[in-house]
Amino acid sequence: MKISVTVNGKTHESDVEPRTLLVQYVREDLGLTGTNIGCDTSSCGACSLHLDGEAVKSCTVLAVQADGSQVTTIEGLVTDGKMHPMQEAFMQNHGLQCGFCTPGMVMAGISLLNENPNPTEDEVRMGLEGNLCRCTGYHNIVQSILACAKGGK
Amino acid sequence: MIPSLFDYKRASSAAEAISLVTEYGDDAKFLAGGHSLLPLMKLRLAAPSVLVDIGRLKDLSYITDAGSYIAIGALTRHMDVETSPIVKQHVPLLACAAGHVGDPQVRHRGTIGGSIAHADSASDLPATTLALGATYVVQGASGTREIAATDFYKGFLESALQPDEMLTEIRVPKMNGAGWSFQKFNRRAQDWAIVGVAAWRGNGGSGVALVNMGSTPVLATDVATALASGASVADAAELAAAQADPQSDLNASAEYRVHLAKVLVRRALEEATK
Repeated sequence: MKISVTVNGKTHESDVEPRTLLVQYVREDLGLTGTNIGCDTSSCGACSLHLDGEAVKSCTVLAVQADGSQVTTIEGLVTDGKMHPMQEAFMQNHGLQCGFCTPGMVMAGISLLNENPNPTEDEVRMGLEGNLCRCTGYHNIVQSILACAKGGK
Repeated sequence: MIPSLFDYKRASSAAEAISLVTEYGDDAKFLAGGHSLLPLMKLRLAAPSVLVDIGRLKDLSYITDAGSYIAIGALTRHMDVETSPIVKQHVPLLACAAGHVGDPQVRHRGTIGGSIAHADSASDLPATTLALGATYVVQGASGTREIAATDFYKGFLESALQPDEMLTEIRVPKMNGAGWSFQKFNRRAQDWAIVGVAAWRGNGGSGVALVNMGSTPVLATDVATALASGASVADAAELAAAQADPQSDLNASAEYRVHLAKVLVRRALEEATK
């Protein structure tokens, strides 16, 4: 089926099988491998990206469902060689260990602040319930998002 | 994991969606947010040969005050139910339960109608709308009908919906200030409830429904009857599992579920009793 999806500002006209998952589409068809596949069962959140501005689990969305939509992946956060403030906050606060969950955590963190710009620590923790860190490094991930919310680094 | 092959049809109206499933019969499934159906298809536990995508029927995504009840379009997402000022004001129990479904990413995609039509007794919204005395509006090839939540759930993932019928609206009576509580017991964030309870009490009545205490959501009418005859919360809660038939699984034995139901119903009623 023919679809047209704008990913990181660039519109792609593609022909996909209806069963193609959005995560497969961005990784394999578009070569954007920053979005990871973790559990592949909509539990871990490693595949989180933004669909029309909101974090979704791209292992549980069909590419055809994204037809006509705006998609942002971790690769789309950098502008003019400058990291997104959330990426910067993760770097400054050591918000990652092995890094596997990080793209999903960053995308979930941005979505969280879009909906709740000034969250409490509890709200950040609840807001991240769909993202698992296999290093169990939650403390600094939460600190990173709080730092980003405060505008610090 | 990739689903098996299927044909994809995108409906541009409810009538077209119904005509498509009528054409393809039992082989077709509606796709709304996809957060119940796609995981099953990826595990190949479901393999419909045709998916009729109703996800773009924006006219079925709404929340309106209809006087004595709140009308919610079937394609309204959990996040929109959770954050709706109308729902929070008039049916706060439903807003709270919607905020317990999955996680934020799931709530950005999953819909109230999809969750109810999937009829999973372990899901939060079937039991919650059952406790609140909701009515479901369904549209089929031969017209529209209303099904009371009490008549809707027939068995494991089985509802009163006919293959050519689509759930279009959920009507939830206003709570009119009644006390309420939503209890969800699980071991891991974002998981399904091992046992859950949706309860309200006030204005001379009460409603208690149980999540994951059998093949269907369970309306614990014995509890409500006991409260109406003056029983204490503690005594009424002892009847929590009287009408339930829970199964044992990896998470909990049936006996443990019965224990949890009594404890959680007691906690819920204590919170709901003003």
